[in-house]
Amino acid sequence: MLKTVLDRLALSVPVLLGVLLFGFLLLQLVPGDPAQVMAGPTATPDVVEAIRRDMGLDRPLLVQFWAYLERVAHGDFGRSMISNKAVTEELGAAIGPTVELMLGSLLWSVPVGIAMGTLAAVTRGTWIDRGIMAISVAGVSLPIFFVSLLLIQYLGVVLRWFPFIGRPGPWYTAEGFMALFLPALSLGLILIGPVARMTRSSVLEVLSLDHVRTARAKGLSEMRVTLAHGLRNALIPVVTLIGLQAGYLLGGAVVTETIFSWPGVGRLAVGAILSSDFTVAQGAVLLFALGFITINLIVDILYSLLDPRVRK
Amino acid sequence: MQDQHSPLLEVEDLRIEFRTEGGAFRAVDGVSFTVERGKTLGIVGESGCGKSVTSLGIMGLIPQPPGRYVGGSIKFEGRDLLTMSAKERRSLRGGRMGMIFQEPMTSLNPVYTIGHQIIEGLRAHGMRDRAKARKRAIELLDLVRLPSPAERVDDFPHQLSGGQRQRVMIALALANEPDLLIADEPTTALDVTIQAQILDLLRDLSTRTGAAIVMITHDLGVVAETCDDVVVMYAGRVVERAPVAALFSGPMHPYTLGLMAAVPRIDTRSDRLETIPGTVPPPWAMPEGCRFASRCPLATDQCRASQPPLREMGTGHLVACWRAPIEEIAA
Repeated sequence: MLKTVLDRLALSVPVLLGVLLFGFLLLQLVPGDPAQVMAGPTATPDVVEAIRRDMGLDRPLLVQFWAYLERVAHGDFGRSMISNKAVTEELGAAIGPTVELMLGSLLWSVPVGIAMGTLAAVTRGTWIDRGIMAISVAGVSLPIFFVSLLLIQYLGVVLRWFPFIGRPGPWYTAEGFMALFLPALSLGLILIGPVARMTRSSVLEVLSLDHVRTARAKGLSEMRVTLAHGLRNALIPVVTLIGLQAGYLLGGAVVTETIFSWPGVGRLAVGAILSSDFTVAQGAVLLFALGFITINLIVDILYSLLDPRVRK
Repeated sequence: MQDQHSPLLEVEDLRIEFRTEGGAFRAVDGVSFTVERGKTLGIVGESGCGKSVTSLGIMGLIPQPPGRYVGGSIKFEGRDLLTMSAKERRSLRGGRMGMIFQEPMTSLNPVYTIGHQIIEGLRAHGMRDRAKARKRAIELLDLVRLPSPAERVDDFPHQLSGGQRQRVMIALALANEPDLLIADEPTTALDVTIQAQILDLLRDLSTRTGAAIVMITHDLGVVAETCDDVVVMYAGRVVERAPVAALFSGPMHPYTLGLMAAVPRIDTRSDRLETIPGTVPPPWAMPEGCRFASRCPLATDQCRASQPPLREMGTGHLVACWRAPIEEIAA
C-alpha cells in the first residue's frame, strides 16, 4: 500500500514540473506587461524599466524560469501585483473555502449518485429507472451557471431559504453552513449525472456475473446480493470515474465560486486574471494542479482498497 | 414435516420457458426424475439440452424474467419448491441444497477473501458467532483438502489455482451440510488430472456426509465413474432414464447409443471420432414428433408425427422412443 502511494507521488513530480512550465509560459503569452501593471497607470517609463530590471523580466526566459523554480522550491510564489500581499498568503486564505466547497459537494453528490444508479439498475426498464436516467441526463447537460442562477432565483430570492452571497464563516457555524448549501448543491449537480449513469451500468454488469449467482446460491438476501456483491464490485469503475471527473469539478468550482462570491481559489484566480495579477494567477493554477493530483492520488488509494487484485 | 419415505427430490413434468424478443421457447419441457437420499444422479446431454436450466430451476436461480416456470413441480422431501414463499426457498438455498458451478475462475467474488465468502454463507443460515464461523470455514477448507487451510482462508480467489477455487466452491456448497448437492459440470473447466481429484473428492464427501448429488455433465466417463442413476436429456426432454449399469450395458435410445459411440475408445483403432449427424433443432422450431427424429437413423413416419412418451422397458429403465427396445443401431 505504502509503495503504491510512493510510486504515485514520484509520478506526480514530472506532472508538477510540467504544470509549472505551462503556467510560466502561459503568462508570457498573455497581453499586458507585468511591470506596467505593478507600476500603475501613472508611472513614468523610467520607473517601469526599473521595476522590470528589479523583477528580472529583462533576462532570457530560461533564466527566468529557473529563477521561478528556485523561488517555488523555497515556497516563495512572489507577491500579488495588486495587493502586494504574499501569494502564499492570498492562496492560504482561499484554499479553505475551496476545499470546503469541494467536500461539501462531493459528500452529498457521490452517495446520491451511487444510490440513484443502483436503484436504476435494480429497477431496470421501469419508470423509476427512466426517471432517474432523465434526471442524470439533465444533470450532465445543464450548464452549471444556469443551474446556479435558477437555484439563486428560487431557493434564494423567492423562497429566501438560503443565502447566496459570500461566506460569512466556516461550515461548522450556522451561517457558514447555510451559505455553503447553495454553492455545494450546484457544484455537486455536475457529478450526479455521470456517477449515476456509471453506477447503473456497472451494477448491471456485475449483477450478471457468475459470482453473483454463487452469492444467490448461498441463500443470501436479494438486498445483500445487490449491495455486498453487486454494488461493492461495481464501485471500482465508479471511483475511477470520480477521479476523471475531478477536473470538471475544479473547473466547476471556478464558476460556482464566481457566481456565489465564494472567497475560494477559483474566484481568486478569476479576479487575478481579470486584473492581470500574474503572480496570483500562476499560484492559483499551480494549486489547482496540486488539487487534481491529490484527488487522483486519493482515487488510486481507494482503488487498491476496493480491488485486492491491484494490491501489491 | 420431514417425510422419510418420500424421495429426497422429485422433479415432475417440469417445464421452464424463456421469453426472448423472438418469442418464448421452452428450455425444459416435461422433465421428470427422482433423486434418492445419498445417491448420485447424473444428467447427461449436449450443450443446450436443458440440463443446466433444470439444475438452476431446482435451485431457484433462474432469472425471472426472462425465465418462467410454466408447469410441473419440484418436490424436496415431499414439499413443492414452486409453491413455497421466496423466503422459505432462500433458506433452502445454500442450506439444505448446495450448488457447485462450472466456472471456478469466475464463480467466486474477486474482492472478498475465500474465508469471508464461506463465512457469509454460514451466517446467512444462522451461524451468528464470527469466531465459530471462521473455525468452521477452516474446517471446511480442510475437508475439501485445500493445503494449509488456516492460512489460505485469508487468501483472495486470484491467489488460488482453478482446481483450488473449485475446492473452495465445494466447501461453500457443503458449508451448511446440505442433503442435496447440485454439481453443474464441476470438472469441465479443469484439466484432466485435477478433474479426477475433484470427482474423487465429491464421491468421498457424499459417502461421508450422506448428501445426494445431482451431477450435470456432458461427459459419459464422469457418469460411469460417479453416478448411481442416469437421465439422458435431449432438446429439453428426458429421452432415457436408467440405473447406470443398465444404461451402459443396454442403452435403448438411439441418441444414447450415438453418445456412447462418440466416446473415443482405447481398445479399438479408429482414425475418426464417431459423431451424430445433424444438429439439435433450434428451440423456436421444435418438431411435432420425436425431437431426435431428424438425426435418427431409425426414424419412421410415426416418430416424425408424434412425441414418444417415456415407457418402462426394464426395471427402472425408461426410454422415450417408438422403436425401443433396440439393441444396436446397424453400424
